[in-house]
Amino acid sequence: MKFINYLEKISQVDIFGMASFMIFFVFFLLMTAWALKADKKLIDEMSQIPFDQKQP
Amino acid sequence: MQVEKFYYDNKIVKMFAYATILWGVVGMTVGLLASLQIFWPASNFSHPMTTFGRVRPLHTNAVIFAFVGNGIFMGVYYSLQRLCKARMFSDALSKIHFWGWQIIIVAAAVTLLLGYTSGKEYAELEWPIDIAITLIWVVFGINMFGTILKRRESHLYVAIWFYIATWVTVAMLHIVNSFELPYTAMRSYSWYAGVQDALVQWWYGHNAVAFFLTTPYLGIMYYFLPKAANRPVYSYRLSIIHFWSLIFIYIWAGPHHLLYTALPDWAQSLGTVFSVMLIAPSWGGMLNGLFTLRGAWDKVREDPILKFLVVAVTCYGMSTFEGPMLSLKNVNAISHFSDWTIAHVHIGALGWNGFMTFGILYWLIPRIFGTELYSKKLATNHFWIGTIGIVLYAVPLYWAGFAQAMMWKQFTPEGQLKFQFLETVTHIIPMYITRSIGGTLYLVGVFIMVYNLWKTVATGKLIADEPAEAAPLPKVIEAHGKEYWHRWIERKPVQMLVWSFVLVAIGGILEIVPTFLIESNIPTIASVKPYTPLELHGRDIYIREGCYTCHSQMVRPFRDEVARYGEYSKAGEFVYDHPFQWGSKRTGPDLARVGGKYPDSWHYNHMLEPQSMSPGSVMPPYPWLLDDQLDASTTEAKIRAMQTLGVPYPEGYDQLARADLEKQAKQVAENLAKDKIKIQSDREIIALIAYLQRVGTDIKGEKKELAELK
Repeated sequence: MKFINYLEKISQVDIFGMASFMIFFVFFLLMTAWALKADKKLIDEMSQIPFDQKQP
Repeated sequence: MQVEKFYYDNKIVKMFAYATILWGVVGMTVGLLASLQIFWPASNFSHPMTTFGRVRPLHTNAVIFAFVGNGIFMGVYYSLQRLCKARMFSDALSKIHFWGWQIIIVAAAVTLLLGYTSGKEYAELEWPIDIAITLIWVVFGINMFGTILKRRESHLYVAIWFYIATWVTVAMLHIVNSFELPYTAMRSYSWYAGVQDALVQWWYGHNAVAFFLTTPYLGIMYYFLPKAANRPVYSYRLSIIHFWSLIFIYIWAGPHHLLYTALPDWAQSLGTVFSVMLIAPSWGGMLNGLFTLRGAWDKVREDPILKFLVVAVTCYGMSTFEGPMLSLKNVNAISHFSDWTIAHVHIGALGWNGFMTFGILYWLIPRIFGTELYSKKLATNHFWIGTIGIVLYAVPLYWAGFAQAMMWKQFTPEGQLKFQFLETVTHIIPMYITRSIGGTLYLVGVFIMVYNLWKTVATGKLIADEPAEAAPLPKVIEAHGKEYWHRWIERKPVQMLVWSFVLVAIGGILEIVPTFLIESNIPTIASVKPYTPLELHGRDIYIREGCYTCHSQMVRPFRDEVARYGEYSKAGEFVYDHPFQWGSKRTGPDLARVGGKYPDSWHYNHMLEPQSMSPGSVMPPYPWLLDDQLDASTTEAKIRAMQTLGVPYPEGYDQLARADLEKQAKQVAENLAKDKIKIQSDREIIALIAYLQRVGTDIKGEKKELAELK
C-alpha cells in the first residue's frame, strides 16, 4: 500500500472543518445536559469513591 | 452481604516509584547537559554520542517516557487497585509490564546515543523498539482492564476514565505514527512523506502531550488531590464534562504545530479553532482541582505535598492557557521556532508533571512503607528550590524567545535585514545561561527528595500486600435515582473503551484522511526529483546526527524569512521526504534553501570546526564525519525501500545506484580538492555535503509567474 493520493480532488473541503465542529458541539451539549441533570445522590456517591477504604 | 478479604499489591507500586525517581534523575541530568551545550559547544566533547543532536532526543524521551511514563504507572497501579477495590488482575503481567518497560528504556537510551533514530520528534525510537512498546502497552492494557472487570466497586471513578482514554489513544497514536518500512535490522523509513508525514507526526506529537503527559496525570490528580486534601473533588459533574470534552477536543489540535508551513490551510485553521476551544475543558479541570482545596488553604501552608499539587495544577492552568494562545497564527508567527516553545513546554513538564509526581511520591512512599515522611522541612525546601528553579528556567527563555523572534523580523530603513542569524543567537546567550541555572536548582531539589525518600524508606518496612476488604459486586446493580445513558456505559468498561476510541478516532480520521486522499492538497511540482543515492545517504546522516533538533527546513511565507533564507517552502517540495525534516526549533538557521548557498569546502570546514567559518557559532563540531567511512552496502536496500514507498526510481535502479553514488562522490571530492582539501571520496562528510547542496534547489531555478503589467 502506498500513501499517495487516491482522489483527484475534493470540492468544498471546509465541510470537514464544519462537520468536525458540529459533531463536537452537539456531543458537548448532550453531555453537559446529562451532567447537569444527573442525580445528586449518584454524583455524591461517585465523588466519595476514593475515600471508601481506610488508610494504613 | 459477605465481605471478601484481599490484598493490594504495593510491591509493584514501589518498583514503579523507584523507576520514576531513577529515570527522573537521569533524564533531567541529561537535560541539564543539553542546556549547557546550547551556549557552550565544548560540552559536546567532540564525540558523536555526547553531541546535542543525540543528547536532546535522549533527554526528551527519558523525561517523557521513562520519568513520566513510570510516574503514570506508579499512580495508576496504586489508585486503580483502590478505586476498583481489587488487587491488580495479574501479578505476572504487572512484572512483565514493569521489566518490559525498563528494558525498553535502556534499549532506547543506547540506540538513541548510537544514532538509531527515525528522525521524528518524540517518536525517535526505531522499529524493533516500537514493536516492543506496542507489546508492553498491550500487557498494561490487559492488566488494567482485567482489574476493572473484576472490581468490587460498581461505579467507575472519573480517574479510571482518564486511564482508559489514555490507554486507547496512546495505542492508536503510537501505531499510526510508527508505520515505517525497515530496510535494515535497526533502521527504517517513515511510511509517510513530507506534508503527510508532518501532519501525522504532529497529530501524534501533540497528542503525546495530551494523552501521555496530560490525561493520565489528570486521572492521577482526580485521585491523589482529594486524598491528600482529604475531601472529595469540588465538582464531580464538572469532572465528567472535563473528561469528555477534553479527550474529544484534544485530538484535533495537532496542526497548530504547523501554522504557516506548507500544510493545507484548512487543516491549519482546524487546528487553531480546536486549540482555542481547549481552554474551556482544561480550565474546567484546573479550577476543579484548585476549588477542591476551598476552605483548606490553611493546610496548604503547612503541607508540602499540597504545595506541590497546587503549583502543579496552577502550572497546568498556565500552560493550557498559553497553548491556545500560541496556536493563534499571529502569536505563533513569533513563538514558533523560538525558545518560547521550550519555555512553554517546561512550564508543563517541570510544573505540572514534575511537581505532581513529587507530590505523589511524598504522599505515597510513606504510606506503602507504613511510616511517616522523614522530613517535612526538606520536602518544603525541595518545593521552594524547585519553584524558584522553574521561574529561573522559564522567564529567561520567554524573554529569549521573544527577543530573538523580534530580531529575526527587524529590517533597516533601507529594507535590509538588520541582524545576521548568528547575532540573534549570541544576543540571547545570557538567557541560556540563566536557564541552565534554573534547571540546576530544579535538579538539586530532586536530589533533596531522593535523600528524603531514602531516609523515609529506611525507617519503614514495605507493606508488600496491604490487606483490604469489600463486598463483591452484586449481580444486579442498584441504581440511584433514574438510570442514565452514562450508567449504561459505566456498567460495561469495555464499552467505555470503545466509546473513547470512537471519539478520538473521529478526530484523527477527519483531520488526516483528506490530506492523504486529495491530490489538490499537495500540488506536485514537476522539477522536484527523488534524491540521488549519495544524497539519500547524506540525508540519513543528517537524521542520524539529529540536525533537525536545531535546524528547521521550512521557510514560512514571511518577508523576513524570504529575505533571509529564500523562496518560501511549498508542500510539493517534500513528496520524497521519508521522514519529513521540517524541525520545530531554530537554534541554528533554517536550511530549507541551503543548497548551493556555500561552496563544498565551506561545509567541510564548518563540520570540522563551525567556529572557523562563523565565529561565535554555538554549533557543535562533527569531526568524525571526516574520518568515518560511508556504509554504502545499504544503498540497494534503501533504494528498494523508497521504491516500495512510492518514490519513482526507475525499475532495477537499486543495482545501478552504487555506481551513481561513487560517481557523484568523486565529483564532490574533486570539488573539495580544488579548494586544497584532500579527502577520500568514501567518507561520510562527502554524502552529507551532497545532501546539503541539494536541499531546496529543486525549485530554485524555476521562473516565477509574475502578474502581467498592462
